Amino acid sequence: MNAARALSRHAGSVARFLLLLFLVTVAVFLLLELIPGSPVDAILPPDATPEQVAAARAQYGLDQPLWERYFSWMGGVLQGDLGRSYQTGLSVASTIAERAPVSLELAFLAILLALAVSIPVGVWSAYRPGGILDRVSTFVISATLATPAFVLGILLVYVFAVQLGLLPVLGWTPFAEDPVRHFERLVLPVVTLAAGECVLFTRILKGDMMATLQQDHVLSARARGLPTWRILLRHALRQSSFSLVTVSGVVIGRLIGGTVLVEAIFSLPGMGTMVITAINSRDYVVVQAMVLLTAVVYLVINAVVDLTYPLLDPRVRKVRTS
Amino acid sequence: MTEIIQQRAPVEAPPARAATAPAAPDVKPVRRRRRDIGAAFGLVWIALVVLAAITADWLPLRDPSEVTDAFSAPPSGDYLLGTDAIGRDVLSRIVHGARISMAVAIGATSIALVIGVSLGMLAGYFRGAVDSVISLFVNFMLAFPPLIFLIALVTALQPGLVTLVVALALLGVPNFARVARANTIAFADREFVTAAKALGARPLRILTRELLVNVMLPVMSLALVVMATLVVAEGSLSFLGVGIPPPAPSWGGMLAAGRESLSEHPLLVLIPALFFFLTVFAFNRLGDWARGRVGRESSI
Repeated sequence: MNAARALSRHAGSVARFLLLLFLVTVAVFLLLELIPGSPVDAILPPDATPEQVAAARAQYGLDQPLWERYFSWMGGVLQGDLGRSYQTGLSVASTIAERAPVSLELAFLAILLALAVSIPVGVWSAYRPGGILDRVSTFVISATLATPAFVLGILLVYVFAVQLGLLPVLGWTPFAEDPVRHFERLVLPVVTLAAGECVLFTRILKGDMMATLQQDHVLSARARGLPTWRILLRHALRQSSFSLVTVSGVVIGRLIGGTVLVEAIFSLPGMGTMVITAINSRDYVVVQAMVLLTAVVYLVINAVVDLTYPLLDPRVRKVRTS
Repeated sequence: MTEIIQQRAPVEAPPARAATAPAAPDVKPVRRRRRDIGAAFGLVWIALVVLAAITADWLPLRDPSEVTDAFSAPPSGDYLLGTDAIGRDVLSRIVHGARISMAVAIGATSIALVIGVSLGMLAGYFRGAVDSVISLFVNFMLAFPPLIFLIALVTALQPGLVTLVVALALLGVPNFARVARANTIAFADREFVTAAKALGARPLRILTRELLVNVMLPVMSLALVVMATLVVAEGSLSFLGVGIPPPAPSWGGMLAAGRESLSEHPLLVLIPALFFFLTVFAFNRLGDWARGRVGRESSI
């Protein structure tokens, strides 16, 4: 009976997820339709004859009814065909594949850095609230919260690259070309991207840890004379770290937007600069592909987090089934 | 033994500072009633920026688009904050740029508030099918990462102030809908609602006369947070060059333009950066203050 109920609950959320996925693809498809002017205007000369326009429309399949075009577009997307850029004529999927590693490396390193800083800071300021680390981190957090990523990035460039000359200013060096230079160029972008996430992680973790530290099992661990570090890491952090999973949806969303900004600030050749260039050159197929890709990835990650969270954290599981 | 007691003490009684931690409302201690300097600063700063935005045309300033031959001049008696790379008065551009930031902060947030609260209250009061449809709509908007959502909208619509305000308002709707729904559900079972129902009040009257007042308190405190978010979002779009079209002054656009000559004329970046920082800081401090005052009865 319980199993059947659990199944039906998941069936409901899976159905909702699929419906949402469908709506997202329809909306992204309609995005190009909303844009005033036909996409062929961008590639044809302004004095093109009606025949030329008709030929171009037929070439891109624009003369077919809307729903037919949706299904042929979706068919292509499912086979990994995101269309061809109106500007360069290149396959959008291969351009994305070429640029994705830059964005992914940036995001991955930023998450690592944010966790590496926020876990010790969050744990210690929950353990010693009002202590020096807590007060310093509270101050830094409120300052960072008020500094948008594009402001922080430029300020970092100004201080560390222009004034102190410690790091290269802008641009990109592939890893294969010069590994040292590669990471030197990544320092400021990664710090800029990590700052916002670090603030979020620290606040969440500290809040959860302060509640955890008041629970009975922590008291009993203390009574058994376990060392402080062991209590903090094994008994409290392990339990509180689940709170980080709950915000992973927000974090992914912010990271996707953040990489676009950071790539623009530091002129990195990732997917973010690709989409901005595409907007400015009215290359809407590329924009459409990026919106679709990020929305689907975002949706899937959120759904996976929602479904697996009860598996990770027995407390949630207990509350839900009772 | 004494060591254990000493170690527990700070955990048992966290000072008021810890109240900013959002995830643990149950450890929130009673706030000391003291003057909140940060919030006072926030109020004064926002009032100044709003005043500047409203009176920009009447203030004794140069035309923000007037090109002079004083390129990248340092601050002086003539140009209080200097001039930019093509000789436009930075102070005037900051003041006129404040219009866009405030149009977004106040205009877009108000629109988002009205739409979001209406949807959230309907969903929370009627539940069932109404709730499902509204929740689907809200989840649909949340399906896009925020910046991508904005980029898609400003791409599809013509760029300009109206597009920007509409796009940012849409971005804010889910926040308000969520808070309004949660608080409507929380208050819908209270005695005063039951009493109103017993007296024969219709749903519209219950929603507007009984529930709205209670829902608005947490919503207003959320509005301050949303304002900060939207000012940053507008700045991001203008910085990326997809916000307000270039000749019009905006803080994000000024930052992006100033970046070109960062090593020679850092002030062109530092001045708009400072205005961003102070404005977002002001909204955040006001938001924290409001959240502290609303208390724990309503959930944000």
